[in-house]
Amino acid sequence: MKNSVPVEQKSLEPIAGGGLLDRRLFLKQSLAMGAGAGFALSGYDATGADLPPWMRTPGEPFSNYGQPSSHEAEAIRWVSANVGAPGNGISWTPLHKLEGTITPNGLHFERHHNGVPKIDPTQHRLTLSGLVRSPLNFSVEDLLRYPMVSRTCFVECGGNSNAGWHEEPIQTPAGYFHGLVSCSEWTGVPLGTILEEAGIHPDGKWLIAEGADAATMNISIPIEKAMDDTILAFYQNGERLRPENGYPLRLILPGWEAVLNVKWLRQLEVAKEPVMARNETSKYTELQSSGKARQFTFVMEAKSLITAPSPGYRMKGAGLYQISGLAWSGRGKIKRVEVSADGGKTWAEAALQEPILSKSFTRFRLPWRWDGSPLILKSRAIDETGYQQPERSVLVNERGRNGYFHYNAIVSWAVAQDGSISHVYA
Amino acid sequence: MSMPRHSKPLIFSQPSALAFALATALLSPSLMAAPEGPKLGHPLSQEEASSQSMNVFPDGQGLPQGKGTAIEGKDLYDARCVSCHGLKGSGGSAEELQGRSPLAGDHPDKTVGNYWPYATTLFDFIRRAMPLNAPRSLTDDQVYALTAYLLNINGIIDETKELNAKSLPEIKMPNREGFVKVWPEGGS
Repeated sequence: MKNSVPVEQKSLEPIAGGGLLDRRLFLKQSLAMGAGAGFALSGYDATGADLPPWMRTPGEPFSNYGQPSSHEAEAIRWVSANVGAPGNGISWTPLHKLEGTITPNGLHFERHHNGVPKIDPTQHRLTLSGLVRSPLNFSVEDLLRYPMVSRTCFVECGGNSNAGWHEEPIQTPAGYFHGLVSCSEWTGVPLGTILEEAGIHPDGKWLIAEGADAATMNISIPIEKAMDDTILAFYQNGERLRPENGYPLRLILPGWEAVLNVKWLRQLEVAKEPVMARNETSKYTELQSSGKARQFTFVMEAKSLITAPSPGYRMKGAGLYQISGLAWSGRGKIKRVEVSADGGKTWAEAALQEPILSKSFTRFRLPWRWDGSPLILKSRAIDETGYQQPERSVLVNERGRNGYFHYNAIVSWAVAQDGSISHVYA
Repeated sequence: MSMPRHSKPLIFSQPSALAFALATALLSPSLMAAPEGPKLGHPLSQEEASSQSMNVFPDGQGLPQGKGTAIEGKDLYDARCVSCHGLKGSGGSAEELQGRSPLAGDHPDKTVGNYWPYATTLFDFIRRAMPLNAPRSLTDDQVYALTAYLLNINGIIDETKELNAKSLPEIKMPNREGFVKVWPEGGS
């Protein structure tokens, strides 16, 4: 570790309970992490006889498509599928194993209703029909010639975090609780360009999108969103879509629940009214304690969680740590994230990693000196509309516990004296 | 299988160019801001385009010719659906389809009988997606019959009631008024 500017004792004073430190600390000064920490870890003498084998023999050859290190075998999606129908289920993004804001393509969460279709792009067509001046169809090759834009945004399943409604807090790594959300840079054609070519009749208020999978999944999208910021996406993080993410083309509706972001898109029918498909009536509606259900709850409200430390981690004794987590909002930019290390009694503002993008993952971080005693960590997001992520008791009080979808309450992690982390309702 | 056909005339078929130009002029400027493309779309006739749609709307638009009753549907259900959905729509590994328990109770099953707001949704979904191991293998008559059976075991229609493109959209589901639209009224 380089010699650092002497740290003013004042800046090491906690600014909130539980040992939370000023968010600017890591930005301005390098902190002494503990005497000699940087040196004690030296495992070998680079000039001596105990060189590791990878420094004595030539390495592996080039590869056509790179793969993660074999030492990172735990950074994988967990799959939960129907035993009788293995193509019907989900897989989670391991948020607790990732840093930064972009989800690697192979770790983007999945929800399939009847498997991943192997689509030959030369045979695939997109049809525009219904209340349009001229019904059209397009080959994939046609569409790839259209002017494209790139947009970074999260995609979140309406059912993400649904274990939060459970009576008892689920004990599982953070990604396998909250990881039906991922964030990518999507590139494609603004949907409005294609819709204007077909010409929407003024009575056309809804777009019924349909995929070319074995579920022929259909769902209704308001025309305003389709014309606003919806993208007909062909690329994810620079490469063509993976089959499980909609190859050869899918919809991206920034900030809106993922079921509307139809994969393997084959048809858009313009209609006066929603089709009232299974996935907008029987599913993706939220039954309230009154017996009435909320329908067309498209926007994913602000949410945040601490990914490090989180369940599965073990703190290595008292000392300085960095709290790191993710925040996002379907209504726009994250304005502020606050962290508590005393169960919500006091809060400290976290540092937000630039650039802060609308409807995207925002990484927050905060230095923390843990004194080794048990405590409860929480984070709460506030978006640019002023909306603040609610406490669980507030959400449950408002919505009941039968809604299943759209759970976005504050997440609490208990740190035990032995350094283990568990999920609690607090 | 043959392409599904609309049994009703399209609500919008061949508008005149002038009527369309007047109509699109009413759209707000913000909705007309998308970048111009190379216009490579291949024109389809309205008939070609609608013949490719499988969407069945609550008013019956999109329903094909055909008919079926719950009596016919029962045998079909027991052969094709029971392994996942259980006897009489209950107790299987897949969704509970039968039941009328109150929705305001603790953890109610959301079934066809107590939750689904439109009978047309059953036809739309079964025809496009069921059964999971052989989607698109049912004839339109079979889909009408299975729809009738599911409505019958939920006490909504008699076992002899014939469902077709006219009678299906006329069925009022018990939970038809059970939904509050969050969008667009006031935003969510």
